[in-house]
Amino acid sequence: MKTIIIDDEEMARAIIEKLSSNNKKINLKESFSNAIEAIKYLNQNSVDLIFLDIHMPGFTGFDLLQTLKNPPKVILTTSDKNFAIEAFEYDCIVDYLVKPVTQERFNKAVQKAVLFVQNDAAQPKIEEQEEIKELYVNIDRRLVKINFETINLVEAKGDYILIKTESKNYTVHSTMKKIEEKLPDDLFLKVHRSFIINTKKIIDIEDNSVLIGNNVIPVSRSNRPELMKRLNLL
Amino acid sequence: MSEKPNLNYLHEISGGDDEFEKKLLEIVKKELPNEINSYKKFLNENNFKQASELVHKIKHKISILGLEKSYQVAIDYEENLKIDNLNLKKEFEEILNSMVCFIKTV
Repeated sequence: MKTIIIDDEEMARAIIEKLSSNNKKINLKESFSNAIEAIKYLNQNSVDLIFLDIHMPGFTGFDLLQTLKNPPKVILTTSDKNFAIEAFEYDCIVDYLVKPVTQERFNKAVQKAVLFVQNDAAQPKIEEQEEIKELYVNIDRRLVKINFETINLVEAKGDYILIKTESKNYTVHSTMKKIEEKLPDDLFLKVHRSFIINTKKIIDIEDNSVLIGNNVIPVSRSNRPELMKRLNLL
Repeated sequence: MSEKPNLNYLHEISGGDDEFEKKLLEIVKKELPNEINSYKKFLNENNFKQASELVHKIKHKISILGLEKSYQVAIDYEENLKIDNLNLKKEFEEILNSMVCFIKTV
């Protein structure tokens, strides 16, 4: 397990480092004397386990846990038994080591962390972010919601874009590039410099054009291969 | 105070790694005198909250030197200081003295 240590006391770090070196499950990456440095590291590196001291000046171990969106497994290291109850509130905390820590107790905590990590890996990941299903556009100083699924196509009109939905057309001051970024790739495809289509709305395709609703949309030669790739061809 | 500082815990976790033991004792030798000075300074200033922070730091060193009963004294003294109570001050400072004497010999 990729592991880091966070403890403001040099002696405490040295001890956890030593205990880690005697445990084959631990792959110790870094030790940090303060939470801020550790957060910087965690923003750029993934780890499986943190040995975390609670009592640190300025920024406590609990403060650190609250800043992490998806914290790895955590084994708390502390001299205070009093924090045990608060520790129960965090799902990521697998064990609670009261200093001075013996090798035997350390190994037991690591074994627990291993089981938790394995358990997590076995469970299917729940999508963290709910999928965005709509777009808000500014029309006459109102933000109007348009569901992606209802959009048939988007057409460039000079400084404006025309969004054609099943029931209505919206003219919005924007660019093709901007709306292209906002539309989900799996549903929409740019088939021409001036047209983005909802591929689910295609009625038929003829040579270099597609029929969507009652609109015949040109397909440029360079975009045709991508369009053909999307089709479930017999 | 019948308990004496010892290296039992250090021996236990070092697994015979002398370098490691030396390193840890060096840290104790380096930090403990400064922490004791700061503790006394805060106490003289009646800044008991800060003094309790120093007791907290020293506490871990007490445990490293195998002083189990003294460790409990430090825990209680730290809590006392947080509420501006000086109970156990004498006992705690005796522990400090015995630690300072001990680290000079190792």
